[in-house]
Amino acid sequence: MKLDVNKPEQSVKDSDDAFTLGPLQVGPACCNPQPIIQVKDLSLHYGNKTALNKVTLDIYRGCITALIGPSGCGKTSFLSTLNRLTDLISNCRIEGSIHVEDSDIYAPTYNLQMLRRRIGMVFQKPVPFPFSIRRNIEMPLREHGINQRNEIDSIIEQVLRDVGLWEEVHDCLDTAALNLSGGQQQRLCIARALALNPQILLMDEPCSALDPIASGVVEDLITRLRGRYTIVIVTHNLAQARRIANYAAFFWVKERAGHLVEFGHCRDIFETPTHQLTAAYVSGARG
Amino acid sequence: MTDRLLRWVLRIGAITSALIMLLILFFLLLESWPALQQITLTRFFTDPSWHPLEAAYNLLPMLSGTLYASIGALLLAIPLGIASALFIVYYAPPHLALLYQRLIELLAGIPSVVFGFWGLITLVPLINQLHPPGASLLAGILILTLMILPTITLTAHAALLAVPDEFQRGAVALGLSRWGVIRGVMLPAARTGIVAGIILAAGRAIGETMAVLMVTGNVVQHATSLYDPIRTLAANIALEMAYAMGDHRGVLFVSGLLLMLLVMLLSGMAATLSNKHHA
Amino acid sequence: MLETVNRIWRSGYRDLFAQTIIYIAVAFVCVVFIWILSDLIRGGIAHISWDFLIESPRDAGRAGGIGSILVSTLLLLLVALVVALPLAWTTAILLAEYVPVTSKFGITVRYSLQVLAGVPSIVFGLFGNAFFSIYLGLGFSILSGGLTLACMLLPILVSTAEAGLRALPDSYRLSAAALGLSRSATLFQLLLPAAAPTLAAGLLLGIGRALAETAALLFTSGYVERMPGSLLDSGRALALHIFDLSMNVPGGDAPANASALVLVALLLGINIFAMKLAYGLQRKRII
Repeated sequence: MKLDVNKPEQSVKDSDDAFTLGPLQVGPACCNPQPIIQVKDLSLHYGNKTALNKVTLDIYRGCITALIGPSGCGKTSFLSTLNRLTDLISNCRIEGSIHVEDSDIYAPTYNLQMLRRRIGMVFQKPVPFPFSIRRNIEMPLREHGINQRNEIDSIIEQVLRDVGLWEEVHDCLDTAALNLSGGQQQRLCIARALALNPQILLMDEPCSALDPIASGVVEDLITRLRGRYTIVIVTHNLAQARRIANYAAFFWVKERAGHLVEFGHCRDIFETPTHQLTAAYVSGARG
Repeated sequence: MTDRLLRWVLRIGAITSALIMLLILFFLLLESWPALQQITLTRFFTDPSWHPLEAAYNLLPMLSGTLYASIGALLLAIPLGIASALFIVYYAPPHLALLYQRLIELLAGIPSVVFGFWGLITLVPLINQLHPPGASLLAGILILTLMILPTITLTAHAALLAVPDEFQRGAVALGLSRWGVIRGVMLPAARTGIVAGIILAAGRAIGETMAVLMVTGNVVQHATSLYDPIRTLAANIALEMAYAMGDHRGVLFVSGLLLMLLVMLLSGMAATLSNKHHA
Repeated sequence: MLETVNRIWRSGYRDLFAQTIIYIAVAFVCVVFIWILSDLIRGGIAHISWDFLIESPRDAGRAGGIGSILVSTLLLLLVALVVALPLAWTTAILLAEYVPVTSKFGITVRYSLQVLAGVPSIVFGLFGNAFFSIYLGLGFSILSGGLTLACMLLPILVSTAEAGLRALPDSYRLSAAALGLSRSATLFQLLLPAAAPTLAAGLLLGIGRALAETAALLFTSGYVERMPGSLLDSGRALALHIFDLSMNVPGGDAPANASALVLVALLLGINIFAMKLAYGLQRKRII
């Protein structure tokens, strides 16, 4: 898969209700609005329960897209379809299509390992593996064929610096990762995802299991990653979404299934929402 | 690719493990088949005595010995085991509870031959002073009690721990005394688990061989008192396998099959009980 | 009024009575445990020396030591573990990681192992004699004894390993998948190392079970007390040695006692070590 940054904007004529915005008028300079992920008519079923219904939306390269909405509206499920983590759930069925850089990730021949290498993921609760800090980062690298000792060492230092953990842990890389504090563990998990040099980062409420100070540190980190990575973040914290996101997608539950109600610039969603539900939710009247 | 290969290796391993059970049943049946064809089933109960060399195969005295010993051991071990579990869960201070639990676990780890040996050098002479000959049903019961006590204690302990905390809090809030809470709420709530453990212990008692063989005197007879020597089914197999030929050997396999079916029945009951409990 | 007081007094009395009974029962169990241990130690300690541990038995075991017996025991154990461990661990991995809890296949395998766990050891002895010694023609040998032991050990090895793998949080599996690790890499690089303490504890319990076994070996590995020359030689296990000395050899009580002490010391050591492993594991999970 070759990456072509200067590729022209995707045409959206084929689906009229697609939430594709075209070139960004206002917004942070880092944003270069080219879709990197294109989701079309995505539906997700667990057994005979529908969790997501006909979601169509584009994720833009280099931007932070926040997924907001009440619990149970399918935000996390949506996130897991993007790196096919839903494959691990036995009774889960998917309709529609997701293209990452123009190739269909649900095509039978698609290389799953490569996809997940390109799309990193950070979970709500930090999940350090029960090894040393070094091995936490080194193990996935080796599995992806990076075996040179000095290359691994330099990647470890690089990503730990990126997440601001290097100063804190560089002299205890061989101690257990479980001994780190919650915020440090979460930053280690982000570093572990960054070590594989992904283009896209999926974050599922990365701050909600942390105390306010650690949460602030992680939030600053996410802001710093903007532009270098495409970030999709699920958050319950509207203020946080507003602070960090370029785009926001608002999900809501209709007839027990998650729907995408509105997608747009973060500022528009929060200040001039077009949909009544969005207005009620962001003002705190509903949800 | 490696994923597919691994999956096949795992599947083959699991199927082999599951088949061992069938293999055992198959070979027990195979070996007992000639005897079962020669000897009608009723003869195991109506033959005048157990004299396999003269083709007399009455298994009843061994069955009664097995049942007496197992029931006697259960009668002693159930109260002791439940009391031990209650002690660990409700009565002991934490460090003592842990210590006692470890002691029970270590008791479970002592091999049956050592229990048998201890019975032989300590218990049997003691009982002999009370009422000769010493090697008796009583000695068997006492040794078996020690051997199944850990099973009952540990399963009762797990069952008591599995009772939701709210039950206890609710009962305490009603102003019940400690024993009132235990008898009125906790024991009934944990009943299925405790009973399942008792059934498992019964299975162990029925199948136990070496310890019982070493202390019960091994006389083929219906015991009339606790001081009479007895022989159990399992001990009989261990004693006579070495020289058994032809039908005799077949009958020993039949008694092994019988033991196995008994134990399967019991563990099936225990499994159903604990499944129902979880459901 | 008087009646109420009376009732309270009576319930307090019952409480005290129950408590006394329970304490007496516990004291009784402790006394018996200490009684057994002290009897074994008093009767056996005088007979134990370095020579006793390394010499072969002479005069049907009345003189000499248990050197050859220990070697036979060790060989039996090795055969049993070499056969049982791969089978048990592959089964456990399949049950815990690859088939759903409710699948027919999984339930069948688990049920079969549960029944196997309840089978009396003398029945294993009958089976081993019929299948390994006679049908496969291995005769009375360490190989048939070890294979019989392997069948006995399967259930405990499978159930501890399966429980250990199931105890690992699902977030490990999700995180590993999100890092693009294949299932086999997840298994070998993450899940098995993380479950290693439980696997080791189960292994130790299995070793304990094998060392304690007598009845299953009576008609499979045989009675011969010489140093075994090969796996096809008959060899006498330590537990069987105790049985033989105390039942069939007049004047064999002292060496039997010493052997029993060696066996119990070994088993207590192994069990305490296994507990330490399992206990340390629990504690780590709480933190």
